Amino acid sequence: MSGPGTPGPQRWLDRPASATQITHRARLWLYALAGAVLAFLIVPTLIVVPMSFSASQYLEFPPRQWSLRWYENYFSSATWMDATATSFKAAAWTALLATPLGTLAAYGLSPSRLRAARALQVLLITPMIVPVILIAVAVFYVYVKVKLNNSLAGLVLAHTMLAVPIVMIVVASALKSFDMNQEMVARSLGASRPRAFLTVTLPQIRFAVVSAAVLSFLTSFDEVILALFVSGGANSTLTRQMFLALRDQIDPTIAAISSIMILVTTLMFVVAQVFGGGGNAGNRDAN
Amino acid sequence: MLLGLSGPALALVLVTMVLPIAWLFGLSFLADDGSLSLVRYRRMIEQPSYARIFGATFKVSLLTTALCVVLGYPLAYVLSQLPRRAANLCLIAVMLPFWTSLLVRTYAWLVLLQRRGLVNTWGMELGLWDEPLALVHNLSGTLIGMVHIMLPFLVLPVLNSMRSIDMDCMKAAANLGASPTRAFWSVFFPMSLPGLFAGSLLVFVICLGFYVTPAVLGGGKIVMVSNQIANDIELFFNWGAASSLGVVLLVSTMALLWLASRLTRLEQLLGASR
Repeated sequence: MSGPGTPGPQRWLDRPASATQITHRARLWLYALAGAVLAFLIVPTLIVVPMSFSASQYLEFPPRQWSLRWYENYFSSATWMDATATSFKAAAWTALLATPLGTLAAYGLSPSRLRAARALQVLLITPMIVPVILIAVAVFYVYVKVKLNNSLAGLVLAHTMLAVPIVMIVVASALKSFDMNQEMVARSLGASRPRAFLTVTLPQIRFAVVSAAVLSFLTSFDEVILALFVSGGANSTLTRQMFLALRDQIDPTIAAISSIMILVTTLMFVVAQVFGGGGNAGNRDAN
Repeated sequence: MLLGLSGPALALVLVTMVLPIAWLFGLSFLADDGSLSLVRYRRMIEQPSYARIFGATFKVSLLTTALCVVLGYPLAYVLSQLPRRAANLCLIAVMLPFWTSLLVRTYAWLVLLQRRGLVNTWGMELGLWDEPLALVHNLSGTLIGMVHIMLPFLVLPVLNSMRSIDMDCMKAAANLGASPTRAFWSVFFPMSLPGLFAGSLLVFVICLGFYVTPAVLGGGKIVMVSNQIANDIELFFNWGAASSLGVVLLVSTMALLWLASRLTRLEQLLGASR
């Protein structure tokens, strides 16, 4: 497009950049700032991966000497391996429980126009809103009384409660674009309600259901605060062990674990993209 | 009834959240001898240690929100004017940290900001400073970590509200002789305010309940309400103190979120009436 004599970038710089007549040149500082903020968002997390292959205690970047010693540390430690197994078990159970519970709730509540249905939906979403530390402390107290503390079952129940609202939101948004009349047709042709749901509705919202399952898995896998309070002993999760190690000193083994966790998250995200068809990204708890 | 299908989920939330928190609520109104009293709340007003904790929570949350606005608003502005595909590509970068474990990100900052970490090494090699700076285990480390976590929560609502702004208004302002700067400040900026308010309020509220980042990157020096609740229980077994702090945190969170929901509805109203 650029004519002879005037290089392309030069022209682009002097072209108007928006509805007003401001040029790209006058806006370069803004682009630089936005780029810097984007870099601030992604670089720190990704840089841990190459650093985890550094031989040095101080995790140099770029590593002067490459080594797998932190990965060896991780894979040869019984504590870390047990914690990893617990985390995977808890996350898998959470996905198995939260997905049907949340899907049923979304199916039951979201098409309804009743005031009660709205109120119940709000109630089911509160675990996303209440500060997790409060839930953790309260659940810890109750678990001590009913002897569920430090048990896998207790942890799974608590994580399922955190994941149900996410499943509900993702599935409800898929149901919104689903035409409920199709199910009515199936029922008028003699299918029972469960059969109509399983053969007509579910196949059409299956992408959302898969995304929801992946999100519940990650909710449990990454969760720190509840795990800190209600898991422990032989059932400590990976995040709990990492948090305890972080408070004391900077153990480079955690760089290796972090890289593996980034890998797990990425794989799950790919699963969600492939089977979930880029469905709703949902919301995520921050603290 | 179809509503009944939500029964199992409701039962779970009732048993593992509502009832335990209701018990926490009740506990906060009991004195040490088990009688009904407001002594725990009176202590909060009288003892200066509580004022320090509330002050720190407020300060950290406010600073984080302010930094998120300063960094996030320009980013959202640039994204709102990029072609849709380029903007979506950049949005992946915004969402990526959103999807990485909180603990992994906190650890990354710990490694980067430590005395012999990357930031100090490069800063000294470039001659920006001579002595290693104390970037972590203090307020600055906590703020860097929290801003990193909260930025997407600001950028997304602000970007959404910016995308609904009619750019013809800017064209009209330019036609009427406003300079680009003037057109931005007197036309675009006011129209983006509802989204900015809602986003910052959301960021502020979520910050109030932070636990992991101040605990790790603050190195025990930054004690926010959540950290104090955990300390009360892990170190002092003081359920009374923990429960009353918890009630204050819960009530302020809920009140501010209610306010935020009013603001977003207001925003939708403005969008619909145009």
